[in-house]
Amino acid sequence: MATRLLRLTVLLIASLLVAVPVAMAQSQATPALVDALGQGGFPQREAAVAALVATTDQRVVPILEALSDGDLYTRKSDGKVVLAAKAGGGFALTDPLDQSGLGTASPSDIDKVKINNGLRGKLRTAIGQMTLLSTDRAVRLSAAQSVLKAADPSTLKLLQAALAAENDPQLKNVMELAEAVIVLKTDSPLAAKRAAIQTVAGHGDRDALTVLTAALATVPVELKPDVQAGIDGINNQLQLWGLAQNLVYGLSLGSVLLLAAIGLAITFGVMGVINMAHGEMVMLGAYATFVVQQLIQGYLPDLSDWSLMISIPAAFLFTGLVGIVIERSIIRWLYGRPLETLLATWGLSLILQQAVRSFFGPTNRPVLIPDWMTGQFSLGGLDITWNRLWIVVFAILVFAALQLVLNRTPLGLQMRAVTQNRRMASSMGIRTPFVDAMTFGLGSGVAGLAGVALTQIDNVSPNLGQGYIIDSFMVVVFGGVGNLWGTLIGALSIGVANKFLEPYVGAVLGKIIILVLIILFIQRRPRGMFALKGRAVEQ
Amino acid sequence: MITAMILRALDTRAVWVVSILLLVALAVPFANLALPVSSPLHIPDYVVPLFGKYLTYAMLALALDLVWGYCGILSLGHSAFFALGGYAMGMYLMRQIGSRGVYGNPVLPDFMVFLNYKDLPWFWYGFDNFWFACLIVVLVPGLLAFIFGFLAFRSRVTGVYLSIITQALTYALLLAFFRNDLGFGGNNGLTDFKDILGFNIQSVTTRAALFAASAIALGLAVLVCSAIVNSKLGKVMVAVRDAESRTRFLGYRVDNVKLFAFVVSAIIAGVAGALYVPQVGIINPSEFAPENSIEIVIWTAVGGRATLVGPIVGGLLLNFGKTMFTSIWPDYWLYALGGVFVFVTLFLPKGIVGAIRGVFGKKPAPRADNTQAEDGGQTDAPLVTDAHPDPAE
Repeated sequence: MATRLLRLTVLLIASLLVAVPVAMAQSQATPALVDALGQGGFPQREAAVAALVATTDQRVVPILEALSDGDLYTRKSDGKVVLAAKAGGGFALTDPLDQSGLGTASPSDIDKVKINNGLRGKLRTAIGQMTLLSTDRAVRLSAAQSVLKAADPSTLKLLQAALAAENDPQLKNVMELAEAVIVLKTDSPLAAKRAAIQTVAGHGDRDALTVLTAALATVPVELKPDVQAGIDGINNQLQLWGLAQNLVYGLSLGSVLLLAAIGLAITFGVMGVINMAHGEMVMLGAYATFVVQQLIQGYLPDLSDWSLMISIPAAFLFTGLVGIVIERSIIRWLYGRPLETLLATWGLSLILQQAVRSFFGPTNRPVLIPDWMTGQFSLGGLDITWNRLWIVVFAILVFAALQLVLNRTPLGLQMRAVTQNRRMASSMGIRTPFVDAMTFGLGSGVAGLAGVALTQIDNVSPNLGQGYIIDSFMVVVFGGVGNLWGTLIGALSIGVANKFLEPYVGAVLGKIIILVLIILFIQRRPRGMFALKGRAVEQ
Repeated sequence: MITAMILRALDTRAVWVVSILLLVALAVPFANLALPVSSPLHIPDYVVPLFGKYLTYAMLALALDLVWGYCGILSLGHSAFFALGGYAMGMYLMRQIGSRGVYGNPVLPDFMVFLNYKDLPWFWYGFDNFWFACLIVVLVPGLLAFIFGFLAFRSRVTGVYLSIITQALTYALLLAFFRNDLGFGGNNGLTDFKDILGFNIQSVTTRAALFAASAIALGLAVLVCSAIVNSKLGKVMVAVRDAESRTRFLGYRVDNVKLFAFVVSAIIAGVAGALYVPQVGIINPSEFAPENSIEIVIWTAVGGRATLVGPIVGGLLLNFGKTMFTSIWPDYWLYALGGVFVFVTLFLPKGIVGAIRGVFGKKPAPRADNTQAEDGGQTDAPLVTDAHPDPAE
């Protein structure tokens, strides 16, 4: 919540910074210019309109519209041009520029600003010029959207002109839709309508679907099959994109699970240690990120943009060190008694949680989100947020690095040897206690890395780790131990399955179903998907 | 045969425990109701339901001890059975409210009126009868334990894997009971009870009676557990705990032994939950929380595994300590609890009762050798179950 607020504020400030120079570039429409509308005959009025258009002030647009609708009046007393709306026996007057009320007037006090058909046409063009042809993209977009909504046949010509001049693909999209809608509304020839339906169907997004559904009721009978085909086509396409979107969400959730679980997989796999304090290691990693950020803001503000990057090694080293201390002080006395390790580490997790709560307070701590991780982009029909994407990338990097460590370094070799046969490894001269300490340190360090990533999508609070511990265990148990690929596949499949179930049964029920499925799966394969091959009966 | 079992159950220790519990069941209500407030032996009203609650916790710890201490199954989901028993009792108490609820509906409990239920869901039928609720208190936890245990033990899910899936079970139930559309009151749970068997649930006498009922139920549970662990079956349970594969090779049906212990334990836990609810006046989904299950384990571990007295001592002591601690130094309770976890596993593996017995040189807790504890991680397979490393240790 706090981070979201923060992001919003940043966004607001940024948009203000952008908006101010744009506003400066325009000249303002002055009351004098507006008052000129009420003076002289039609030629003078045309000139006044042109002068107003030349200011490119957006406040002019409603004035021109009011003029076109005949709502613009001149106050006889001082010649000021005002907006007037019927109120009781008289008129309520408002200032056309700043919308302030100017009291009421009797019909005899004001004169309508007269227009003729020629001027009306000019006005339409002028409004179009100020909106659909404006140089400001945002103005054009909102104009195009309002045209799409109103679907007024009289704007067709202008729309086509704007379409011809438009380069922005998103705007073009909206305008084409609007054009097609208007064509469908007017009594243009069937061929043109059919082409319009094709255009709309070709867009294949939700707007197009709305347009077609609305058109289904109004088009001539001959065209109904076309419209229906278009709707079906779009629905299929949307469904495909929906599946792809679910897949993306699932992979994103899966990579978070992977990060949280992979450290556990190492300690569990190599040492048979159930580390219930694993979630707290993740939490410590997140707090390490917060501390690094505060230190950098305090002492090296130039590096602020890089604080997240600097947190990665810092969190790894810190939580790794904490892990080694825990292993040397508590866990090494409990080897071979996994259930007792579970209890001791649970106790440890309570202590760590309370310690962090005492030290940092129970409230959430804000970790800033760097610019390159904010916002989102669309890929076809997919919406992908940058922070989720980076977390997927980060998870892959961590996974690859761990594979490298385990398979290509002497320490990894020793770890695997201890995993496969502790006594044999020991008799070959491997210092198993050292390997244990290093393994536990590595597992805890990786948990710290997960903590760094989680600062970007979750609240940094003392309870951070608790939310992930059960899920992490599910991943490890499901994937099997002794093989990181099991963890990878376990995490991704749980993530994807979760996100595919969510739209049908809701988030909570989806989670329950996943839990039940895992419980049932364990019945089939009591050692997980990728069980380490060994003797059939436990020793 | 049953008489023989009962006679065997009456070993000296069990007799002592049961007699103390009976004494407490009589003395505490007497000291609360009959003695004048000025008397130094008078027990204040608030203490009675508080200790009644501790007694149900002790019963829960005893239930866990039966499976963990004697059969080597570390269940991290026992709070699920406790909460299910509690919910069954809560449903009876809800139906007793009748038209005295806020909305005054004679049939539907308040939360159902609030959630726009038109009729009573089918699974609420029958709960207006006390005997039916009692049946469900026993039946539902027992049945869940039977199905879950049948699947898990048949597939030979053991050790930490079993612990983790029992945790998943209670977590899944927690999530499920939080849902409003399950028909159990969502996250508010069931509360606002009025009376039980026609007696006002708030009244001092009812509370004293509930206290006595809890003490007696605990005594009965001790008798049942004692009968089991002193029988031949009990010996096989210990054998399963210490060397599961060996027991299986000797021809015992290990799965059935475990299943029996698990189901009995779940039923005791369910009864404890049913006694807990009228004394605290509320049952809500947080009772399912996996953290609660782990706390039960620590009560048992502190008191002493594989003893019948231990879990009772641990359950009473730690919960009393929790009440004291959280009222005096609320910030330090988690330090204390966490510290107890670490301390007990490192230095008091047999718990308080086990340590005392060790000091006084009485009969040691069954099996005390752990030849390999010293060589720091002796396990060959990465995923050892606790077949070697033994839980009694």
